[in-house]
Amino acid sequence: MNKFGFIITAGRQIDYESNNRGLAEYIFENEPSFRLCIECGGCSATCTTANFTGFSLRELNILIKRGENDQVRRNLKKCMLCGKCTLVCPRGVNTRNIIVLAKKAFLKSDEYAI
Amino acid sequence: MTKHVVVIGGGVAGLEVAGQLSKAGIEVSLIEKEANTGGHLNKWYRLFPDRRYGSEVKEYLDRMTHKRGIKLLINTTIERFKRSNSLFSITTNDGKELSADAVIVATGFDLFKSARKEEYGYGIYDNVITSADLEEMFRKEHITLTNGTVPETIGIIHCVGSRDEKVGNFYCSKLCCVTAVKQAIEIREYLPLSKVFCFYMDMRMGGAHYEELYREAQEKWGVSFIRGKVSEASETIENKLLIKVEDTLAGRPLKMKLDMLVLMAGMEMSDGGKQIAGIGGLKTGENRFFASTDKHIGSNRSNIEGVFYAGTCTAPMNITETISHARAAVLEVIDYLKDGKG
Amino acid sequence: MKLEGKKAIWNDYQKEIADDNYYYVRSCVRQNFFPGSETAFLKIMREELNKDVYEHPCHTSCSGIGYHSDIVPVETTMTIVARQFAIMTEAGYENLMPSCITSFGLYTEILDTWHHFPEVEEKIRRQLKKATGREFEKPKNLAHASDVIYKFRKEIAAKAKYKLINKNTGEPLKVVDHIGCHYAKMFPSKGVGGAEYPYVLAGMIEEWGGRIIDYPERRHCCGFGFRQYLVQANRGFSIACSKEKFESMMPYKPDMIITNCPGCPMFLDRWQYVIKEMEGKRYGQNGEGIPVFTYEEVAGLVLGYDPWDLGLQMHQTDCEPVLDKIGIEYSPEDKYNLEVVPSLSGRHKLINV
Repeated sequence: MNKFGFIITAGRQIDYESNNRGLAEYIFENEPSFRLCIECGGCSATCTTANFTGFSLRELNILIKRGENDQVRRNLKKCMLCGKCTLVCPRGVNTRNIIVLAKKAFLKSDEYAI
Repeated sequence: MTKHVVVIGGGVAGLEVAGQLSKAGIEVSLIEKEANTGGHLNKWYRLFPDRRYGSEVKEYLDRMTHKRGIKLLINTTIERFKRSNSLFSITTNDGKELSADAVIVATGFDLFKSARKEEYGYGIYDNVITSADLEEMFRKEHITLTNGTVPETIGIIHCVGSRDEKVGNFYCSKLCCVTAVKQAIEIREYLPLSKVFCFYMDMRMGGAHYEELYREAQEKWGVSFIRGKVSEASETIENKLLIKVEDTLAGRPLKMKLDMLVLMAGMEMSDGGKQIAGIGGLKTGENRFFASTDKHIGSNRSNIEGVFYAGTCTAPMNITETISHARAAVLEVIDYLKDGKG
Repeated sequence: MKLEGKKAIWNDYQKEIADDNYYYVRSCVRQNFFPGSETAFLKIMREELNKDVYEHPCHTSCSGIGYHSDIVPVETTMTIVARQFAIMTEAGYENLMPSCITSFGLYTEILDTWHHFPEVEEKIRRQLKKATGREFEKPKNLAHASDVIYKFRKEIAAKAKYKLINKNTGEPLKVVDHIGCHYAKMFPSKGVGGAEYPYVLAGMIEEWGGRIIDYPERRHCCGFGFRQYLVQANRGFSIACSKEKFESMMPYKPDMIITNCPGCPMFLDRWQYVIKEMEGKRYGQNGEGIPVFTYEEVAGLVLGYDPWDLGLQMHQTDCEPVLDKIGIEYSPEDKYNLEVVPSLSGRHKLINV
């Protein structure tokens, strides 16, 4: 409560242990190439949506891996599924499938959502 | 008349140099300060990139130097090193006087003393170890915490003592990244239920098959790579290690508790080499390793005619490169001796 | 945890601390929040240790508080500090002993700047001469008051009436030591023990019978820092820093906190009340808070000074739990007795009460 004219600032650290990594594990299982991502950002560079919104597939991949599922869910709808990212990836990750699987995961179970 | 060459240092470079010189019909005296030859190779269990046993390389080097009449002086250090006309006179710590037509310095490297990075707590926290300590655990096939239990989460910190202005080492030690990846895979092999995290600033996989090893670590073994320099480690009340790192690619700080922390200690100019540089008048570079006279076509040549370098005493290099560098040093010596010098 | 590893590091960071003839400069805020501390310090230095500690009435604030709040420009601060040095030189002293950690950090920083940029020192000398007609010599030795108490911790232990031991269990008290950021973090080589594992307070506690707690957020700032909390709305950040520390130390169940900066105990003490009001959480045992002390107060307590003379009634987080654990004799009814003004130089009756 704001009794003194300020609130206690919340920390912004990623708390690795407390986060729910169920979404990440689901995607790793169903799309093994996800493991190869080195977050080089080639996908975000070519992305049609990234040009005009705050969407970044590279960032999304990290958030998935760290279990920051809330932010993932909010951003998923921005992807147009054009597939340019998959063409560019130097490691051969099936990037489009990551978006598709993430959407599936959120539809299937509220467990991965916050 | 047979020429005599003194080789200072009995590690990988020194042994290869001694063996090749001997094959070429040159008399060799090999000086080694420890009780055994082999140097750091004796401590590595399996080598990158293909995880073959280090002992196989040692066996090859022993075969090269066995029964060739090489005079081996172990437990020996050098007190005086002077050039007079075309001969070098070397006095050992037990009073022996050697006379050489040429000298090859192969004094190698020392591992960075990780206790100097106070914030990581090496030597203070129970479960912070270096890559060398971990290699010893692999050799014994026994990876445990100090209380005897098996670790579940292990963190590997890259660039400890390298690329670090605070400890005075601006250079990259070149091999720690691939060692980290190799050790990460080995941990996952021995402890299938473990989770391994590598904290890196850059992934430097610049050797043959190194990048493929990195790929294998991610794809086959599920090692996590987090880009960010760990700023500090603390011990929690459960004796775990709490690390603070920025997940730079997520743009947020990250807090994580790990059972064990492995520090990738970098390579530094050896103390033995520094001593030889001092008494012999040999120049060292800004990175404190020996300075060769030419970086491209004279990497074995020193500032003194007739004294040559072989191996990691000039710069961080892996075993493949060390052996090539040693062979090149031998070629330089043969050339030098042919010209009638010495 | 391997203590030998820490001891090896402590050995690496030793510093020169003068052993007598100190010129004492006071803290701006300490005398308001912890009024007994500086008086206790002077009593210990002069009467218990027979040292010469000199204070000049003309000395001012070092202006560190203004400098770090971006209100006073650095050259003005340097000139003010030069004046402090001038008064010290006039009085014939060479050993500077500031009471405040920020002052200590500021003096160290200025001396270091002048060492690397002599032209700046020359300029300040001219400015001081023009403004006040004074000239100065730089202090030969700069040691914080806590360094001096650290140096004489064994002498204090020899005279101590109490030890930092829980009289009921016989166990040493668990003490959290909190070092001011301006002490070690700015110039680690100028702090006893360095920046990573500072030893100045740990040494005192060990000598006086307590046990130091090493907890993960040991190095974290308490959030003071001047600039961030001057504006009311920014204080959320400051309190979050202290809260981070409390959350981290709670599992270790500390009995007390010892500090050497004037701002840190003020924050650590007051914020416990604010957190309790805002979130309902307490960090001590039995629903209490964790009492916070300055090192002078702890030195005074082990020497047997009366807690109310030391000013402990001014603390927001009650100190009685620790006093009871140690077994210090005090009279609870005298805590807020306004008829008698507590003072370490004798009790005075208030006029017109």
